[in-house]
Amino acid sequence: MPKYTLKINGADQTLDVEPDMPLLWALRDTLGLIGTKFGCGIAQCGVCTVHVNGTAMRSCVTTVSSIAGQKVTTIEGLAKGDQLHPLQQAWIELDVAQCGYCQAGQIMSAAALLATKPDPSDADIDAAMAGNYCRCGTYLRIRSAIHKAANPASALFYDATRAQEQPA
Amino acid sequence: MNNDNNNLVDSIRRATATSIDRRGFLKLTGLLGGGFVLASVTPSLFGADANTAPLIANAELNAFVRVTPEGKIVIYSANAEMGQGIKTTLPMVIAEEMGASWSDVEVLQSPVNELLFGQQGAGGSTTVPRTWDQMRQMGASAREMLIGAGAIVMEVPREELTAANSRVTHDSGNFRTFAQLASLAAKQPVPDVATLEFKERADYTIIGKAISGVDNSVIVTGGALFGIDTRVPEMLYAAYQKCPAIGGKVVSANLDEIKRLPGIVDAFIVKGNDNVMELLDGVALVGTNTHAVFSAKLKLNVQWDEAKASKDSWARMATDAAALQGKRGGDPLVKKGDVDAQFNDQDHTTHEAFYEYPFVAHLCMEPMNCTAHYKKGAAGAKDTVELWIPTQGPGRAYVPMKTMFVLEQDQVTIHQMRLGGSFGRRIFSEYICEVTEISRRVGKPVKLTWTREDDIRHDFYRVGGFQSVKAAVNKAGKLVAFENHHIGMQTNGQPVIGTGFTANEFPLENIDHGYVSNTMFEIKTPCGPWRAPRSNTNAFVVQSFLDEMAHKAGRDYQDFLLEILGESRWLEDGNIRAMHTGRAAGVIKLAAEKAGWGRKMPAGTGLGLAFFFSHAGHIAEVAEVEVDANKRIKVNRVTVAVDVGPIINFSGAVSQVQGAVIDGLSTMMTQKVTMEGGRIQQSNFHDYPVLRLPSAPIVDVHFIQSDYRPTGLGEPALPPLAPAVGNAIFAATGQRVRKMPLSEEGYSI
Repeated sequence: MPKYTLKINGADQTLDVEPDMPLLWALRDTLGLIGTKFGCGIAQCGVCTVHVNGTAMRSCVTTVSSIAGQKVTTIEGLAKGDQLHPLQQAWIELDVAQCGYCQAGQIMSAAALLATKPDPSDADIDAAMAGNYCRCGTYLRIRSAIHKAANPASALFYDATRAQEQPA
Repeated sequence: MNNDNNNLVDSIRRATATSIDRRGFLKLTGLLGGGFVLASVTPSLFGADANTAPLIANAELNAFVRVTPEGKIVIYSANAEMGQGIKTTLPMVIAEEMGASWSDVEVLQSPVNELLFGQQGAGGSTTVPRTWDQMRQMGASAREMLIGAGAIVMEVPREELTAANSRVTHDSGNFRTFAQLASLAAKQPVPDVATLEFKERADYTIIGKAISGVDNSVIVTGGALFGIDTRVPEMLYAAYQKCPAIGGKVVSANLDEIKRLPGIVDAFIVKGNDNVMELLDGVALVGTNTHAVFSAKLKLNVQWDEAKASKDSWARMATDAAALQGKRGGDPLVKKGDVDAQFNDQDHTTHEAFYEYPFVAHLCMEPMNCTAHYKKGAAGAKDTVELWIPTQGPGRAYVPMKTMFVLEQDQVTIHQMRLGGSFGRRIFSEYICEVTEISRRVGKPVKLTWTREDDIRHDFYRVGGFQSVKAAVNKAGKLVAFENHHIGMQTNGQPVIGTGFTANEFPLENIDHGYVSNTMFEIKTPCGPWRAPRSNTNAFVVQSFLDEMAHKAGRDYQDFLLEILGESRWLEDGNIRAMHTGRAAGVIKLAAEKAGWGRKMPAGTGLGLAFFFSHAGHIAEVAEVEVDANKRIKVNRVTVAVDVGPIINFSGAVSQVQGAVIDGLSTMMTQKVTMEGGRIQQSNFHDYPVLRLPSAPIVDVHFIQSDYRPTGLGEPALPPLAPAVGNAIFAATGQRVRKMPLSEEGYSI
């Protein structure tokens, strides 16, 4: 089998895998980075979202061979040491998760958004997050948590753990 | 109205019924760790006497609490966490009664051991009502033992001590921390449950607050929690291919070709036992990684014998049902008063309609999976199996382990894993049986992962059906008669889970003339509980049709509904899980008030109201919906009023309501499973879509925190959503929605 070297969460990893091996399964099965989830295998649901060179990608359809030599960030690599990413912090404070399975993918999509739009509008969030399904229906808190992480003083932020949702 | 779930819960209880005396379990729990170990006992599952059950005599351990010498208060959560928040909610109750500071609490998932913990499943929105007393008892008895220890150490009468903030404090201000008292507290007598006193609601410092889920920091950093995250040394990976026509048998497969594929370790035919809840025939693919077995699965070529497989056809069901429209079914299930006389009364206005709803899939974001390590017993020792299962009912897995694999409970070790969604799906055990058989064959630990296609095509679906409904209002516009011909599904002559229209469905108990008849179509497609079984479809029919009747009568729907409810009363005396018309009226009025019911709406926009009682929860919802000329809808806001008694975790409760609304909208708009020739026609998210973030409405949640016992909130907020949206579409456009999903009638979102 061919070998491919990727920089994953800052460390070089050499993967001895088939050329058609999706990044998702190399992360989960080969490297044990199980934070990136499997949902559909056809880039429809977004639970497998990671960053490749800073761009949100669906790891279930991105082969390892197609990104050899490139930089991959997974949910495990989003925090800087013990310092959680502001999105991770907001996700905890606003108690976003229900089952929690899709949330790593949601956070990775949101992190790619904030990297380019540090204070996104609701329309920006709609566009960036529409590819991430949540069957539990945590969308209101996802929106809130992105606003909170971006700018707690934003007029668009409301505390979704409160009963009364404020219209944007 | 949730008898299906009750039956399931009952079956779990029967399967795991056991008891152990109090000393016995104290001894057992004492083995599990150092520090102060407190065990508690639980009554049987709720019933009329749940409040007063003889707890000691009926001893069944539910959960326990441990205080470490360092001051950490470890609370074990014994039940399945699937997103409903139980892993946070129940420990909050214990911590409250105990007098713990929440910041000192660490919650751990307990081992699976129903001898120690009692029934560890979750479902039917029953976990909170079932365990409310036990959790309070556990906390309160821990508190009393700590106070007993404090009285000894501080040499003061125990009456002068209180427990709060993880301390036992004397009236003088002198105190000892729980950590200081832990070892002595463990030696105190366990108080008689009958002597325990619980806190007043006004004194709560934890219950009722918004507490972030105890697993949140692991979830947001990608730590291992879910079943699918299991990794065991030397583990192999498996996929399992069953017949696309449910129940087909394997004749042969291209196994030699498959075994030569990269990463494939083994491939073999598994002969099942024809029980869809246990093990159906299939081909097992075992390899060194998931991609290898998923890729091999695409190259698998199986000859199936479909002689006994499902031949179900949704198109035929729809045609057969349409022919029954406006007709009565067989012998009535409900015959009350004389509906015909009411319908034929010249002074009455009579109206009928035909409603349809599809089969739907569970679509848990985490596909079905399980890890098993079957070990052959060496040198005459017994075989054992270790299982890592994301399951709603770990105790249920013992049953097929015994009947199929001849393994007694002491040969089976179960690890309860977090569930990436369930909604009723993971009450079944077939994915557990599949992987156990595969691990037994290969002699190694194996993780079985279903593809999304497997997950959608081999579900236990929310059953579809049809209802032909008819009603009359009198001259004053009051509902006087209601009839329903329910067209549902049965398998081997038995109604499937989630089908049916029973005598206690609203509004049958509230009016003098009612008639319900049934027609059942025989199917082989497996069906199971799906978030608010039966209620999730009956609410759509009844609350939409009653809105139709209100319009026929020229009445406001709120007034019409309140009139049907009548005076404030329990509809079944002595059953605290029955509907209470006063609570129903309370939520209807609150939702209407908060939504501005009755206000003038802009053109193309409407408000729709619906109420439904299910799973002991009284919930009303008002949807504000905008519809454009292309039938594209936008749900601007859903206002929800809820009475499930006191709220334990405010954050979790709001989440459940928001989620149920969004899930309900997702389902009613686009979701439909169809089958032809026994084959499920949908396969993945491209043909079975889920509502996306931009379409999520604002959800305003309002709780009436009544003094009735708290009950569960995982399900009851879902049923009223579909009729509320349908009624709002009618208000906006004059077009009545009688068929789900709405995409079939040209609507989009």
